[in-house]
Amino acid sequence: MQYLLMCCFNEERWTKLPNSQRDKIMQEYGQFDQSIVKSGHYRASERLQSIAASTTVREKDGKLVITDGPFAETKEQLGGYHLVECRDLDEAISIAARIPTLPFGGVVEVRPLVPASQRLAPAGSTGGH
Amino acid sequence: MVDAIYRSESRRVLATLIRLLGDFDIAEEALHDAFAAAVEQWPKDGPPANPRAWLVSTGRFKAIDSMRRRARFDASQGKLAEQLEADASADAEWDDDGVPDDRLRLIFTCCHPALQADAQIALTLRTVCGLTTEEIAHAFLTQPPTLAQRIVRAKNKIRDARIPYEVPTRAALAPRLDAVLHVIYLVFNEGYSASSGASLTRQELSAEAIRLGRLLVELLPEPEAVGLLALMLLHESRRAARTSPEGELVLLEEQNRASWDRERIAEGLALVERALGSNRFGPYAVQAAIAAVHAEATSAAATDWPQIAALYGVLAGIDASPVVQLNRAVAIAMADGIEQGLALLDTVHLPGYHLLPAARADLLRRLGRLDDAAAAYREALGLVTNEAERRFLERRLVEVARPGP
Repeated sequence: MQYLLMCCFNEERWTKLPNSQRDKIMQEYGQFDQSIVKSGHYRASERLQSIAASTTVREKDGKLVITDGPFAETKEQLGGYHLVECRDLDEAISIAARIPTLPFGGVVEVRPLVPASQRLAPAGSTGGH
Repeated sequence: MVDAIYRSESRRVLATLIRLLGDFDIAEEALHDAFAAAVEQWPKDGPPANPRAWLVSTGRFKAIDSMRRRARFDASQGKLAEQLEADASADAEWDDDGVPDDRLRLIFTCCHPALQADAQIALTLRTVCGLTTEEIAHAFLTQPPTLAQRIVRAKNKIRDARIPYEVPTRAALAPRLDAVLHVIYLVFNEGYSASSGASLTRQELSAEAIRLGRLLVELLPEPEAVGLLALMLLHESRRAARTSPEGELVLLEEQNRASWDRERIAEGLALVERALGSNRFGPYAVQAAIAAVHAEATSAAATDWPQIAALYGVLAGIDASPVVQLNRAVAIAMADGIEQGLALLDTVHLPGYHLLPAARADLLRRLGRLDDAAAAYREALGLVTNEAERRFLERRLVEVARPGP
């Protein structure tokens, strides 16, 4: 089963961390990635740019509406993700628990992907949203 | 015969079927089918030598059969049936003696922290205890459809997010066990907190929590599980004494100790010793030890308050919550002097919690500062929500507000 670990952090808080602290976290992220590659859980990992570079696209009354910023105002913003292959939720949680931003107020959402076997099913029949 | 087996074995059979079939709903249907078959066959052929094993294998094969029938409409069911059948022949020597009781897996899955807190309680009572949706809804003053929906959502999450059906590893055990104990304690308290109306169902909730606590201690005798069972038994031993015939709340100090349940107390005391003796005890065992000191006092005046104050000190070291500070202040008032307790009470910050002004009122009353006590009772009355507690505070207010002789 694949799980997306969505790493969220308050960007304002991130920019206020001292450089040395941020460097240390990024270094730990590198080690974290290596460890999940080594253990065979790794499928993908990416870091996102700041929400300052984000654009939201919607459709309203048949017209495209383009706005600056993320789609929802939240305290924490999505800053990166890891896609991991795990036996079950507990294994995914144990990997998420090692994400280096957690001690600094980071939040990780663990979300299962729809299994490949269900992906061709008609919309609404998978039980997922 | 089948009825008796249903009562004693159905939960354990269900727990095993969930493991074998990998799905709560399929397992429940299989359990139902297995018992239906038993009702038909046992009176004719006589009961099997091992009814539980018979029910598990019957349920398992009924489930495979019904999947095969559905395979005509849904090919994936056919594959699943084949897989389950292959599993079934692979462990044909199925025998649960060597396997840890599946009910323990079931408890840990139902109390998984990835499920909503309300859903953990509902699912545990439904699947581990076998209460009906109506019974649970009634006990928690919810509508049955709301509760049923909560259970369905929880089962869907177990399946879709693949919450494992297993006892956590040693490394992960402590926090997961805490979650299980918390669910059991919530069920107990829901049944124990004095309330008017549905008092019968509520008493059964406490009984159910104690049964769960016993099962947990039997399957996983961790010190805190032992401590929680002791705590519940010691509280439960006072149930009859804590309500007057008119349904009014009777404080510990004023309870008729002759009506305390000695058998439960004896069991609770032995469990407290066992938990504390392990040296790995936690907050439940310490709270049980406090309850044990009360249980051992032959009268309210004979209560060993210094001991209780010391135990609250230990508890505050583990759990520095303001509620613990509040109780510790009261114990110190009784042990070292009311003034000292009052001073400590003033440092406790618990906005909106009626028991803080109620505790202050009681200490002021003992000091004879009746006007101050009356003001504190009024403050508590402005915050209390439980009816029995409200009536108690009102009675006390009348007592202190009356001009003394």
